[in-house]
Amino acid sequence: MVQAVQRYVGGRVLRKEDSRLLTGRGRYVDDLALAGMVWMAVVRSPYAHARIKAVDVAPARDMPGVVAALSGDDLASEWAGPLPCVWPVTEDIKMPQHWPVAKDKVRYMGDAVAVVVATSRALACDAAEAVQVEYEPLPAVTDVEAAMAEDAPLVHEDLGTNKSFTWSHGGVGDVEGTFAKAPVVVKERYWHPRLIPNAMEPRGVLVQPGLSQGDFTMWSATQIPHVAKVTLAMVTGISEAKLRVVAPEVGGGFGSKLDIYAEEALCLALARRLQRPVKWIEERSENYLATIHGRGVLQDMELAATEDGKLLAIRAKLIADMGAYFQLITPGIPMLGAWLYGGCYKADAYWFEYTGVFTNQTPTDAYRGAGRPEATYAIERAMDALARRVGKDPAEVRRMNFIPPFSEPTALVTGLQADSGDYEATLDRALELAGYDELRKEQKARLDRKDAKLLGIGISTYIENCGWAPSSLLGAIRYAGGGWDSASVRVLPTGKVEVFTGTSPHGQGHETTWSQIVADGLGIPFDDIEVFHGDTAVSPLGFDTYGSRSLAVGGVALKMATDKVVDKARKLAAHELEVAEVDLDYESGRFSVKGAPKQARSIPELAFTAWQAHNLPPGLDPNLEASATFDPPNFTFPSGAHICAVEVDTETGKVDFLKYVAVDDCGTVINPMIVDGQVQGGIAQGIAEAMYEEAIYDENGILLTSSMMNYLVPSAVEIPVATLDRTVTPSSTNSMGVKGIGEAGTIAAPPAVLNAVADALSPLGVTDLQMPVSPQRVWHAIKNATGRNGGPA
Amino acid sequence: MIPAEFNYEVADSVDHALSLLAGYGPEAKLLAGGHSLIPMMKLRFARPSALVDIGRIAALSYVEQDDGHIRIGAGTRHHDVHHSPLIEAGCPLLSFTAGLIGDPQVRHKGTIGGSVAHGDPASDLPTVLLALDAEFVLTGSGGATRVVPASDFFKGFFETAIGPEEILTEIRVPKLGASSGWSYLKFSRRAQDWAIVGVAAIVERSNGGIGSARVALTNMGATPLRASSVEQALAGAERDAIPAAAAMAPEGTSPTSDTNAGANYRRHLADVLVGRAVEEALGGP
Amino acid sequence: MTSVTMQPEGVAPARPTVVAGFTVNAASVRLTLDPRESLLDVLRERLGLSGTKKGCDQGQCGACTVHLDGRRVVSCLTPAVQVDGQAVVTIEGVVAPDGTLHPLQQAFIDHDALQCGYCTPGQVMSGLACIAEGHTTSDDEIREYMSGNLCRCGAYVGIVAAIREVADRAEA
Repeated sequence: MVQAVQRYVGGRVLRKEDSRLLTGRGRYVDDLALAGMVWMAVVRSPYAHARIKAVDVAPARDMPGVVAALSGDDLASEWAGPLPCVWPVTEDIKMPQHWPVAKDKVRYMGDAVAVVVATSRALACDAAEAVQVEYEPLPAVTDVEAAMAEDAPLVHEDLGTNKSFTWSHGGVGDVEGTFAKAPVVVKERYWHPRLIPNAMEPRGVLVQPGLSQGDFTMWSATQIPHVAKVTLAMVTGISEAKLRVVAPEVGGGFGSKLDIYAEEALCLALARRLQRPVKWIEERSENYLATIHGRGVLQDMELAATEDGKLLAIRAKLIADMGAYFQLITPGIPMLGAWLYGGCYKADAYWFEYTGVFTNQTPTDAYRGAGRPEATYAIERAMDALARRVGKDPAEVRRMNFIPPFSEPTALVTGLQADSGDYEATLDRALELAGYDELRKEQKARLDRKDAKLLGIGISTYIENCGWAPSSLLGAIRYAGGGWDSASVRVLPTGKVEVFTGTSPHGQGHETTWSQIVADGLGIPFDDIEVFHGDTAVSPLGFDTYGSRSLAVGGVALKMATDKVVDKARKLAAHELEVAEVDLDYESGRFSVKGAPKQARSIPELAFTAWQAHNLPPGLDPNLEASATFDPPNFTFPSGAHICAVEVDTETGKVDFLKYVAVDDCGTVINPMIVDGQVQGGIAQGIAEAMYEEAIYDENGILLTSSMMNYLVPSAVEIPVATLDRTVTPSSTNSMGVKGIGEAGTIAAPPAVLNAVADALSPLGVTDLQMPVSPQRVWHAIKNATGRNGGPA
Repeated sequence: MIPAEFNYEVADSVDHALSLLAGYGPEAKLLAGGHSLIPMMKLRFARPSALVDIGRIAALSYVEQDDGHIRIGAGTRHHDVHHSPLIEAGCPLLSFTAGLIGDPQVRHKGTIGGSVAHGDPASDLPTVLLALDAEFVLTGSGGATRVVPASDFFKGFFETAIGPEEILTEIRVPKLGASSGWSYLKFSRRAQDWAIVGVAAIVERSNGGIGSARVALTNMGATPLRASSVEQALAGAERDAIPAAAAMAPEGTSPTSDTNAGANYRRHLADVLVGRAVEEALGGP
Repeated sequence: MTSVTMQPEGVAPARPTVVAGFTVNAASVRLTLDPRESLLDVLRERLGLSGTKKGCDQGQCGACTVHLDGRRVVSCLTPAVQVDGQAVVTIEGVVAPDGTLHPLQQAFIDHDALQCGYCTPGQVMSGLACIAEGHTTSDDEIREYMSGNLCRCGAYVGIVAAIREVADRAEA
């Protein structure tokens, strides 16, 4: 059989999404309006921790244009269950109940205390201001270590502690013994700050109640319409069969829309109660408080090694800030990195554990990379510390510890079986592109001439596991959902194709990439393919888009469905051409008889006759249509090497980029342009994390970085242009050899940047450097190390 | 985000604006670019009873010159100050700095008068105007004017010499001569941010050394500040006196601490940046 | 279930209103406005022009950038009443009447200058102004003069390349 000619897969195909988005015709939730629609606004707590003494909604309810004003108690009867957390990571986890509107206490600044509904956005805003809430402020706890103290204020009194759980990986090898005997032990402590995801589109919800059938359509700015349908049915008691969830155009998520939020449940409940369409659009100020934050993890990282720098054992212990409640997968986020603290290195022993702690702050949950940036940051910074300790170049220390190249599943020290990898190849290529030796010479020259601007070079070689992944494994780690996804392909009688996917893109370009896969598989023109997604009424069941899973799971399911269509078409072609299936060649959507190539049928021709169904072979159903579900046998393991060179102004503490090189390996590439965009964008967010962004609370739990004015989302000026390249080691996990690339940049960049700054400053004796490396932080570090007010060595 | 209710009035002249202001009383505010006021109103931190829009008074937007001065209408937008050939020729320090304010969209709406009248110590233009010894023309009812030198204008945190029944109508800036070197260094984390610290320096060069120097600081206290000790130490000095003079920059300052920078770091930056700004203004050796 | 008080609708108290006339994408409009309404809200909610996006509503992200008498401004901080007598151009006015994309829009596609698309209308409006203002002599200058438009997907490399290509072509 001849392989289908690949005309699109692997090519730089321009995105079919772009035209509508560029002309203002994309329809996001806030662009939708329905007749009779009313607006919801949420009254939020200005305190981080307070008892609710009284909520008086009457002044709001009595205002003109106000349709409803309701407290948490008023709404209590609406809920069939609390907001979902689907990842109770241990059997003894302490799980708080999380209701859409607080009743007894507020537990973080921004916690909802009441809702108002009015006939316009402005009236809702006015009415929210009129609600009177009497609070009894309580001491707040914002620091994870302080939260575990005996006398700490309790976020949830009924749990008796702020410590929710400790989860342990279980360990590999003789960890204690190896550390006890190791000639070199490196101990590092890293604080990974809280981050505010800042998707450019705030969240938003619009619910239309169907008056006749008692059904509900919810448009939500979400990454997970399928998961929302299941879980919100449980929260509201609405029959799942009567709930349709649509993610229209979604303006970025980065994990923050991988969640089930109070406002979704509230709009559903209010639409049911009022029997009118209800809309809520998040203000940016609310986004900073009421949409999840990322990270917030204190990491104690230890390496045991030989005097040469050969890694023997890794031990990581984390305290993770859960915030005030569990959102969808809050407790599990650090576990996403649990098998990665050994990086791409060989070792004999491994230990990982983490403790989840409640604080009076916005709940944390998945933010781009989720768990894996923390792991990569810890191992990669510790590897640099090890290199300094043994007096070797950080590239050399990495090289001597790399797992050798492999193409079949191979065990990592952490116990996982990685799919394929060649870590040295990516590092070699990155060193070459960076001009590593030249950079080292320049670095030395600056030191020698006592230049006030020192040069630092940072290396980060990462491996991550994505494409989450065998459902049975997810069950074993107590995750409530599955890891499979599905797709359907329908060739219409006119030869056009409808593709239905369980994934839910919000900027990743699935309409383009999925069309490339189907166009090549069926030999159908790219423009004749329409991809339907993000609507539970039309797309097959699926698990949506996050964790770099879409291509490695949903894309593979789509390829399987496409192959099934071809198989069915082959049966029909054989029947019509009166030959055996084995006597047919297939190429570019055309079946021809071996030795008689003019006797042929195309996929569109067969779609038409399959639709007519006048002459089908026995046992063959009408229509060229097929569905497939893929439950991967393993994760995929993208890897890569990022190198950056920075210039550190030792007088002001300012850090400027001289060079950023990224060599990534995401297996087989469907669209290199989209892959490059994901890498470049991921690096931008990683650099933002490394240098600019940090959610800062005061000791009372008041968020100080409350807007884009002081939470520093970088612009084009701050982000360097990265030089990109790739190596390709096809994944052994799936038939397409694909891995995943959505998070790689965000995973790899922070340690590259911090290692570079630390590298520049280590001649001054600087050892402790935390994110984000603001100019002030660099200045402090120099001052602490040298006792001087900055300046060259 | 929607502001609390307010009345909106369009002034067609300065006199009209003054009478509208008088009519509404102290809770009324002038609206020029609005980029400082409106965000506060949307958060309902500011709740003026009325906004008097002076943005349509064409007579407030101009750049003119006479022998020694450039005269800039208070309603002139930052973008137009940044791109004015007259200002670039006569006072490039000012046109350069106008191009550092906020971002391009801010500069198309914000006005020089609004920036000065707002009295925000983190703003760039007040510092530069203070260093330039600019003068501010304040107009009262009936067209009565008084001229306040920059050194007497900035009274406190968001507080200026503008009286309740006055409007800032013109900014007069002395032209810089051929012997004047200048610099404005704005230290911020992102391009569009307010200055953590800013330094304006104007150096009168004299035989390769410094004849006199004027140095002013952004965000180092409740108002833009002149670094008088630095100026005194630099008067008639040679290049090698710069580091010691710059070290005096923190004297008399009272910087705040915020999420970007603490007061001590600001003092340190003032020292470093004053040295660099004076070097830049003095020019290559 | 707790009872909900229903109010008769449409009986809001008399509020200060102002009549303003202006053009949007060359079409004249005349509206009675609450002075509290931003140009952004009026475009999106009263004129049905939802292409202009609301990212922060505080003048910090640039997603709502439009042209006002040829100047790029953030429509979220522009009271609609202030626009009286002026000409507004939005993203809907950039595409040719026959649907042909503006060269800058096409360049955004060619250079992969967008992912989720939410900041994109603002980037295009700001980019057009950047070119018209002549701030395109280098990539650094473009970046500097596009600093008012944030893109969380991090498509800055493509955005700068797209602006550069169109600026260079205009000069050639």
